[in-house]
Amino acid sequence: MKYSMSKVNGEINESMSEGTFLKVNHIDVFYGSLQVLWDMSLNVNPGEIVALIGSNSSGKSTLLNTISGLLRPSNGNIQFGGKNIESLNPFQIVALGICQVPEGRRIFPDMTVLDNLLIGSYNRGARPKRGRNLKNVYEHFPILGMRKNQMAHTLSGGEQQMLAIGRGLMAEPKIMLLDEMSLGLAPIVLDELYKTLREIRQKGITILFVEQNVKRSLKEADRAYIIKSGRIVLSGTAAKLREEDEIKKAYFGV
Amino acid sequence: MIESISDLYSPISAGILLGGLYAVVALGFSLIFGVMKLINVAHGDFAILGSYLAFAALTGLDLDPFLSLFIIIPIMLVIGFLIQKYLLNRAMAVSMDAPVIICIGISLILQNIFQIIWSPLSRGLTTSYSLESYNIGGVTIPLVYFLDLIVALIVMLMLRYLLRRTYLGKAIVAASQDRRAALLMGINNNQVYAYAFAIAMACAAIGGVLIGLTFPFAPTSGMSFLIIAFGVVILGGLGSMVGTLIGGIVFGLAQTLGGFLFGIAAQMFVAYVMVLVILGIRPQGIFGR
Repeated sequence: MKYSMSKVNGEINESMSEGTFLKVNHIDVFYGSLQVLWDMSLNVNPGEIVALIGSNSSGKSTLLNTISGLLRPSNGNIQFGGKNIESLNPFQIVALGICQVPEGRRIFPDMTVLDNLLIGSYNRGARPKRGRNLKNVYEHFPILGMRKNQMAHTLSGGEQQMLAIGRGLMAEPKIMLLDEMSLGLAPIVLDELYKTLREIRQKGITILFVEQNVKRSLKEADRAYIIKSGRIVLSGTAAKLREEDEIKKAYFGV
Repeated sequence: MIESISDLYSPISAGILLGGLYAVVALGFSLIFGVMKLINVAHGDFAILGSYLAFAALTGLDLDPFLSLFIIIPIMLVIGFLIQKYLLNRAMAVSMDAPVIICIGISLILQNIFQIIWSPLSRGLTTSYSLESYNIGGVTIPLVYFLDLIVALIVMLMLRYLLRRTYLGKAIVAASQDRRAALLMGINNNQVYAYAFAIAMACAAIGGVLIGLTFPFAPTSGMSFLIIAFGVVILGGLGSMVGTLIGGIVFGLAQTLGGFLFGIAAQMFVAYVMVLVILGIRPQGIFGR
């Protein structure tokens, strides 16, 4: 699967659309008989950092979980590198290179930091690369190297988030989905994490992150989608969205 | 009652060694309970299946029970894998209760199969060494009791190695701590459960061989060992292989010392009272998280 950096001097190369990495096409998602996502479409191009911004219960986690295969859309499809993935099992989706860093970190509390990272490389494609990826993770997050034999539940919130991201990196992802990375973290810690995301993107990994904080998200993303009550209400480049009055309406109008 | 402390040597040593047997049976039960949160009420019957298979190998092929494990363990691995993959995985997707009900059904089926094939008579694995005992410091201990503990140590160490050092083992531990996160790591939970159940069945089979060598067994013997396994797992704490071994030994000691001090009729009673006491003081078990 070929992809290349689409961000040149801060501008998005629009002609990348034929090689579009992740394409969500008009999906509806239900929990039982309750509809939570309505006719949702978005795409993420190779090398981009894209934000999905919305308040609580706007459906943003649902979208990530559907992409990851934990949920199935009842209409529409999801394509990755041109291939339909909406009916695949979660482990198959990870094997294709889509890796989610879940909401609330969900690290394995009674396993060591090292074991948490190693389990991140569980899928077959990632196992042979685990040595190299581990070194990589320790470079991004030296604290994890220092604490590698500690039980994961002894880590602070910020460290656990680093572990969750590191774990995601171990999976040899082509695209990382991050669900509310900033939850419960101090701004200083967040700065570090966003810096790491930029470094990760420099290495060629595409990023889709989901957040509540409009201002910070628009600062970090190339493009963004605003989601409200299970629908996309606004989308565009971060620069364009920053100008929009609608942003404030969409955010406060919960 | 106790005339001198040396009177206690016999029940203490018997308790420790017997505890090994209980631990082996409990290890498989603990694995399933820990990973899939499933109470396999047929676990004791699967152990007795191991006993009967060894009995068949002994009487039909004149094969030593430990040697017959080379045949029995693969059979039990396959049976376990298939049961989890095609039966219990589907039941788990339906509800929390469905798998337990299925296990009850399997238990009944097994007990009746035993009765049909081997009749309700008690059986035992009688070998050249099954009646031998050693005299150490004035205490006479059956050889098989030593075998029970040695085998328990081997099984416990092997399981510990599997869980700590292999990808499958780590996946089993991960899936037991956070199912959804395990899925997001690319772990095929259903496959992992099938392997875990297979391994648990192999442990049950080994336990069954030890049971057959140590006690007489009959079609309904499984139930007593299920309850013992339950007690051992509660004592030792879920999720710890070492805990299950220690739990088995503590249980065995409670049983033999209880029997020694209060009479044979009271031995199981004492053991279970002790389980309750430990549960009251430390609900997560001795080594539990």
